[in-house]
Amino acid sequence: MERDQEKIDSFTRRAFIIGALQGCALSVLAARLSWLQVVEGEKYKTLAENNRINVRILPPSRGQIVDRFGVPLATNLQNFQALVIPEQVESLEKTLMDLRKYISIDDSSIRKALRQAKQRPSYVPVEVRNKLNWDEVSIVELNLAKLPGVSIQSGDLRSYPYKESTGHIVGYVGRVSETEMTNAPLLSMPGFLIGKSALEKKYETLLQGIPGKAEVEVNVHGRAVRELNRVASLQGQRLVLSLDAEYQRFVQQRLTTERSAAAIVMDAKTGAVYALANHPSFDPNIFSGGISAMDWEQLRDDPAHPLNNKVVGGLYPPGSTFKVCTALAGLEAGVIDEYTTAVCPGHYDFGSNRFHCWKTEGHGTVNLVQALAHSCDVYFYKMSTAVGIDRIAAMARRLGLGSSLDFDLPETKAGEVPDVAWKRKQRGDKIWHPGETINASIGQGAMLASPLQLATMTARIVNGGKEVKPWLAGYAGAQRISRGAGNDMGISPHHLDLVCRGMTQVMQPGGTAAAAQIREEGMEMAGKTGTSQVKRISKAERASGVRRQEDLPWHLRHHGLFIGYAPVHHPRYVCAVIVEHGGSGSGAAAPIARDILLEVQKRNPAIKEMKTT
Amino acid sequence: MAIFQSSLFSDEMSLLGKVRQIAWSLVFFLFIYATIGFLSLYSAAGGHIDPWAAPQMSRFVLAVGLLVIIAVVDIKWIFRIAYPFHILVIILLLLVDIFGHIGMGAQRWLDLGIIKIQPSELAKISTILCLARFYHGKEVYEVKQLKNLVMPVLMILLPVGLVVAQPDLGTGLSIVFGGVAMLFVGGVSIWLFAAGIGTAIAAIPIAWQFLHEYQQKRVLIFMNPESDPLGAGFHITQSKIALGSGGITGKGFLEGTQSHLNFLPEKHTDFIFTLWAEEWGLLGGLFLMMILGIIILYGYWISFRCRSQFARLVAFGLTINFSVYVLVNIGMVMGLLPVVGIPLPMMSYGGTAMLSVMVAFGIIQCCHVHRDARLPKGF
Repeated sequence: MERDQEKIDSFTRRAFIIGALQGCALSVLAARLSWLQVVEGEKYKTLAENNRINVRILPPSRGQIVDRFGVPLATNLQNFQALVIPEQVESLEKTLMDLRKYISIDDSSIRKALRQAKQRPSYVPVEVRNKLNWDEVSIVELNLAKLPGVSIQSGDLRSYPYKESTGHIVGYVGRVSETEMTNAPLLSMPGFLIGKSALEKKYETLLQGIPGKAEVEVNVHGRAVRELNRVASLQGQRLVLSLDAEYQRFVQQRLTTERSAAAIVMDAKTGAVYALANHPSFDPNIFSGGISAMDWEQLRDDPAHPLNNKVVGGLYPPGSTFKVCTALAGLEAGVIDEYTTAVCPGHYDFGSNRFHCWKTEGHGTVNLVQALAHSCDVYFYKMSTAVGIDRIAAMARRLGLGSSLDFDLPETKAGEVPDVAWKRKQRGDKIWHPGETINASIGQGAMLASPLQLATMTARIVNGGKEVKPWLAGYAGAQRISRGAGNDMGISPHHLDLVCRGMTQVMQPGGTAAAAQIREEGMEMAGKTGTSQVKRISKAERASGVRRQEDLPWHLRHHGLFIGYAPVHHPRYVCAVIVEHGGSGSGAAAPIARDILLEVQKRNPAIKEMKTT
Repeated sequence: MAIFQSSLFSDEMSLLGKVRQIAWSLVFFLFIYATIGFLSLYSAAGGHIDPWAAPQMSRFVLAVGLLVIIAVVDIKWIFRIAYPFHILVIILLLLVDIFGHIGMGAQRWLDLGIIKIQPSELAKISTILCLARFYHGKEVYEVKQLKNLVMPVLMILLPVGLVVAQPDLGTGLSIVFGGVAMLFVGGVSIWLFAAGIGTAIAAIPIAWQFLHEYQQKRVLIFMNPESDPLGAGFHITQSKIALGSGGITGKGFLEGTQSHLNFLPEKHTDFIFTLWAEEWGLLGGLFLMMILGIIILYGYWISFRCRSQFARLVAFGLTINFSVYVLVNIGMVMGLLPVVGIPLPMMSYGGTAMLSVMVAFGIIQCCHVHRDARLPKGF
């Protein structure tokens, strides 16, 4: 206990020393505060009155997006906004009413401004009007003395000259939402816009630029009088796309003959996308400066879904276009070769089930090339069970299915490539039935692919088995950001050649799409048709009247698909086309593919370098 | 010698008895202090409860709950985990340095998926616990021996090195401060301190080389803020103008022109004291400092009443930690110390700082509740 007492004494002594030191420090602080506030108070009051240095953020100008020839697809227009700083007005409502005497402001904007003023710190300006014209700007500027707290700010308005034809590629910008808000002061600036979809969203950090700052002298009301120092903002990077804007417009126009269709044309060797079009589409300009509720509802509720980019985000059973993949899997597995034939009586019995060929009377005896040319289902049914779903699925994945392919658009979906493991994971304990393999061999069942993936599959077959990936953005400023040609995937050139021969025969007399062949010499194409069954509307859906009656017949029709390439002997351009509920691949999709493959060969963008300045 | 019990809460006192033993008047002073913070955050947002005051208030309610829970935990348990906890914190600091989330140019956060933790905040507490545990078992003559200085110095320098590497100089220095104070009250020879201080002064030119450029700049500007009135010296100059123009009675609640016209930077975090003193004047400023003084004195009073050396040192060390933050922050906004980016704990907006202060006071309360508990000497 004695020792403990010694310890306690030592502790107490020393603790008092520290306590005393801290007491001193606190007294120094109190003395300092008194000095500042009492003795020097008057001096600082004068300084505060004259305090004129305020730091303001200069928002950067957003980077342009241009096509491969430098044609602007997204650019900036000057926009004048009327702002009010709530802190500097006696009554915000009264100020807004005063301002209304000079410029028109609708009631919803007033409500929005009042609501925003409540939610934010009151020194943050709220936006009252957008897109002021010159007359409005000058009348407000002239009457600023009568409108304390009001200011005019010049900002940028995003503009998309190609409107509908590039809506799905470039995307649009919008106000920063609650979830997108970070600590970056730039984002909380009134009217600041960030990318909301497609490339505008994907390359936000590149396009945004770096904000500058201005140190300005202000008067007691916070109004700028003189600028003292300025660090200019840096414009965002210029994004150069692989796209050919005029060709893109052509493809977009070509699709308008259909009610809902999508097409993509890309380079078989480099993966550069020359056109990526959806119909119906939307004009991204209506989003700049805020979309009206009516426009938004109209876009959202349209049964043809104009906001959806079907090329990258639409998933369809690939139908007979998938036979090229089944053929390669069969060849690689050694189940079939060039000379293997099968007899097609119009159906194939497996177990107790009967699988039908599309041609009821049958194709007779066919080899692989003929089976592709005539799209004989039975030939693929027969080989599929011997090849097995896992080898078919593996080939599908090598050709680009079931993956988002690292494509630039955030809307890209991966699709589904079913196999034994997939089914175990997706559907619990169920086992894989051989009948499902038979369905999968002709691209039906759970298999789902996007036109982007089908075009990539075609490219990888016709470029000699190189693992090419599609891309849109080629350069950011002068720096290359796109990928080059892919690595060899080790598929036998002989097998690829056989499949190409089959696709060539499709477009020859007797083939399923012979009528759609290009007549211009040297520009002939090859391809593969596909017709995929649509999930039928359930009885319950029909009874409850979820869909409108006049849509019913259209919705029940099959999707028409087509994959193709040209020119046939030196493949450079590949395409994938889908016509939703178009009936058949040969009737609806193949003629579109012909027109766009012909046009791309005439323009021949592949031989022209991308312009980076 | 008491035998260890495995349960967290079980010892001779009942749970309700322990809750009654909590120094509720200290909780009350903390509440007044926090309320000054809420008012300031409300004003910083221009008279709005969002975006700062409301979250801060709900965090405070949560933190009081945490304080009570920690206060009733058996102190023997805290005693036992002191070493393993410090080791764990050092491992976490290592992980932050290696994998840490990079924000604001410094890696301070460890993202665990559900929560992000800032191990440097934990290190402040674990260093104190660890040192208290070490000195608890040592006799007065042992403490004075040079060989018994090696372990404590390592206990301090390991976390400090890792924190400074993040780089977070402010927190690193505050751990050193708290640690050195612990060595002092723990009974290390006065002569050693004299030698140590001499060495430290001699080492300043060498340490200077290791500072980041922005850190060197801060010190230089502190020496002469007018040299760069628009750059980094801007903060100090603006803060002094705001404080000085407040006068004796202040400009009135929500009337602080300097803060509201946005001359004052970081007014909801590092410079919140300035905002308070601009609006409430010298009277408000002194009142706040008085409340802080009472809280600190209360902490020391608790420490003196503890029977075990461990509890005494823990309560003392944690109180010192709090007071170092308070003194450095207030000194900084008045232009007496360089801008080191240290917040005013609990008043500045931020959940981590609030939690770490309340956890520290929870442990101080735990020492108070168990002031008569006896703890074993050896390992």
